[in-house]
Amino acid sequence: MEDFALKWAGFWEKFAVGEAWKRVLGVGLVNTLVIALSGLLIGIVIGTLIAAVKVMPKYKRLPRALDRLCTLYVGFFRGTPIVVQLLIAYYILWPLLGFYADSLYTCIIVFGLNSGAYVSEIMRGGILSVDPGQMEAGRALGLSYGVTMLKIIVPQAVKNILPTLGNELIALVKDTSVVSFVACVDLYKTFTEIGNRSYEYMIPYLFMALMYIVIVALITLLIRFVERRLRKSDRNH
Amino acid sequence: MIETIDLVKRYGDHTVLKGITTEIRDGEQVAIIGPSGSGKSTFLRCLNCMEDATSGSIIFDGVDIADMSVDINLHRRHMGMVFQQFNLFNNKTVLQNIMLAPVTVAMSDRRKIRREAFFVRLANLFRRNKKPVPDYGKTPAQIKEEARANALRLLAKIGLTEKADVYPSTLSGGQKQRIAIIRALAMNPKVMLFDEPTSALDPEMVGEVLSVIRELAEENMTMVIVTHEMGFAREVASRVLFMDDGLITADGTPEEIFGNTENERLRSFLSKVL
Ligand SMILES: Nc1ncnc2c1ncn2[C@@H]1O[C@H](COP(=O)(O)OP(=O)(O)O)[C@@H](O)[C@H]1O
Ligand SMILES: [Mg+2]
Repeated sequence: MEDFALKWAGFWEKFAVGEAWKRVLGVGLVNTLVIALSGLLIGIVIGTLIAAVKVMPKYKRLPRALDRLCTLYVGFFRGTPIVVQLLIAYYILWPLLGFYADSLYTCIIVFGLNSGAYVSEIMRGGILSVDPGQMEAGRALGLSYGVTMLKIIVPQAVKNILPTLGNELIALVKDTSVVSFVACVDLYKTFTEIGNRSYEYMIPYLFMALMYIVIVALITLLIRFVERRLRKSDRNH
Repeated sequence: MIETIDLVKRYGDHTVLKGITTEIRDGEQVAIIGPSGSGKSTFLRCLNCMEDATSGSIIFDGVDIADMSVDINLHRRHMGMVFQQFNLFNNKTVLQNIMLAPVTVAMSDRRKIRREAFFVRLANLFRRNKKPVPDYGKTPAQIKEEARANALRLLAKIGLTEKADVYPSTLSGGQKQRIAIIRALAMNPKVMLFDEPTSALDPEMVGEVLSVIRELAEENMTMVIVTHEMGFAREVASRVLFMDDGLITADGTPEEIFGNTENERLRSFLSKVL
């Protein structure tokens, strides 16, 4: 126990007095949240597009070709670990394409692409849960498939899957802990840096776990709040 | 107005429509009756290509809309459709439900004109004899304001002005169906298609919906109504079609159809429903 107190004192010395917290919160936490949130946003856009292709009627050749492309896409991003995708982008793809992308941008792009694959499945379920009569009504009025999808179906689908999207955000937050593989500084990295100074990792990593738990708990609360609001708006209107 | 020529619809190896040739003329109110499963809904839904015909033609305004290469959206703007299950947009208020299609369509037409104008201007840079630039027409604000005024006028007509800003989930079935009807009317359709508009309603709400349709009929709106309300068909329709097993087997005035008919199947159908 004395040992623990000593370690805690050592950690606190670096964290609070040595102002390591500035880097933890200002860089690590910010990057973690930025990657997770932008990843989710990009994922929603890509996922919606893929889901729209997946549920499109398939008489014509173009939708069928697109459908196959989307299946490949989803297969790749769900079939490989995100670390592998990060490494491929950062160390293989960018050099091959000959452009330099900052590691934070790399992470945002890869997390977005990855999340798009997962969100597409969620969104497809959401779209299929909307009454087919809604699409019929839009089409019967002379609106195109795309417009009806965008203005009528997707908004209702999103409302149905909002809680599930919250879970996707939680998964993304936790997945960001691997971004240091491509030299991005996230929560994990900043705590490791603290540990590196005295080769003492127990307290920094415990503290890090605590921070992840708090973030996830906050997101969970947010989802509950939004859910309650949505349910209320259903009743009022 | 709408002419079908040898219209066939097949689902797999089940032939639902077995070659229907008929015409819905301008100003006619056509009621379609017949046993359930006889293909009434399928026929109606083929008229605006909600179901694609397997073979045959559907001539609307001189164009064969069964041809897959026509832009069906352009033609559907002129055909209103009312469903058994109302199908109001759940994520839109009543007013937004009515305004959505007119505004979207007008805005997309405007975008098309703007695109054309852009290319005319571009070409004019190199022309000696400048071509006139097409007029954009109404501004987006004007389009919305007009659609809104029209929507409110229609709402007032059915006495539901105070429901303009509520969401469909709070409305009764009768209110939903009346709003679904004026939502279709907001596009100024040339013909209205009704698929059993009162079948999903509680009995006490049937009357309010039928009276809206009756009013339309009195204004000489061309319409096709699939219905089980024989009394209503007899009173409002100018012509009645009897469908049986994928074919129209009787076609005549209400007097001819509901009077003493030779058609054995029709007689037995009527004896069951009347
Ligand atoms: N999407 C579909 N797929 C397969 N069969 C269908 C489909 N829609 C309708 N049918 C069949 O077509 C027949 C006629 O249906 P319908 O036009 O709805 O009849 P009605 O409206 O006269 O009751 C029925 O036997 C029905 O099972
Ligand atoms: Mg039917």
